[in-house]
Amino acid sequence: MSSNNTENWMKDIGVLDHPSGVGEGSTTSAATNITALVVDDDSVNQMIHSKILENLGIQNQVVRNGKEAVDLHSSGNNFDLILMDMDMPVMNGIEATRKLRAMGVRSIIAGVSTCTRDEREQKEFMEAGLDDFQEKPLTTPKVVSILQKVNKKC
Amino acid sequence: MLGLGADRLRADMNRLLALLFHQGVLDEQFLQLQQLQDETSPNFVCEVVNIYFHESEKLLRNLRGLLMERDFSDYKKMGIHLNQFMGSSSSIGAKRVRNVCVAFRAASEQNNRAGCLRALELLENEYCYLKNKLHELFQIEQQRVLAAGARYPMQN
Repeated sequence: MSSNNTENWMKDIGVLDHPSGVGEGSTTSAATNITALVVDDDSVNQMIHSKILENLGIQNQVVRNGKEAVDLHSSGNNFDLILMDMDMPVMNGIEATRKLRAMGVRSIIAGVSTCTRDEREQKEFMEAGLDDFQEKPLTTPKVVSILQKVNKKC
Repeated sequence: MLGLGADRLRADMNRLLALLFHQGVLDEQFLQLQQLQDETSPNFVCEVVNIYFHESEKLLRNLRGLLMERDFSDYKKMGIHLNQFMGSSSSIGAKRVRNVCVAFRAASEQNNRAGCLRALELLENEYCYLKNKLHELFQIEQQRVLAAGARYPMQN
């Protein structure tokens, strides 16, 4: 995807940090003011999801399971967007989402999971406090559709 | 002549990719992966795929280890490994590997050990084929980059 397409998307959803008025040293033409957290135990998905966000100009961090996500928030960090995998060791996405909501975290939390035939599990995930659910594989268009919710919520 | 070499190698790459798509080995997600690669991460696809290979081989060893246990009954653990394999395979566009994982998971959910063993063999074969073909693709890409670099040598 060309950087022009990325910029157009970001402008369309109103999250592009317009460079006019920014002093010298501004390096990216598609920088945004959105922050994100990738919560996934799989190294391949961590790398891909982080790169999707990076290419959209979104500063992001990566953690390996729900507990690390909760601990990060407990130590005062917060993010506009959390991409939460469902199946993870130590603490899964359902439990982590519940805990984060109970802590008062109001970020957009998008559940991300491999296609599951267990509708009950997906329902439980949504009811834990998700704002959105996307089936893997995650793609740039899917993340943009989630970001439109960030923009509306902010 | 060097320019023709780079062009010919690009044609070879496209032919190989077309074959892999036609065979259902790769799907559109692999193209999405290629689109993420840019000048800040010029080896992104190769790096991700190498991580995928490393993780997949661990998962395959775990699966085989479980099924070789004399009193194996931990189908839940097997399901966890399979979910992970399915997830990473679909993320890189490894369609056939993913599909075999789906069948494998179905056998696992039925506690069908014989079915799981057959699925594991099929999975190992599919994975092996995918790995060989992607290595071939990356080798051609490497040669193409070298050939293109030779065509446009750096100016002092």
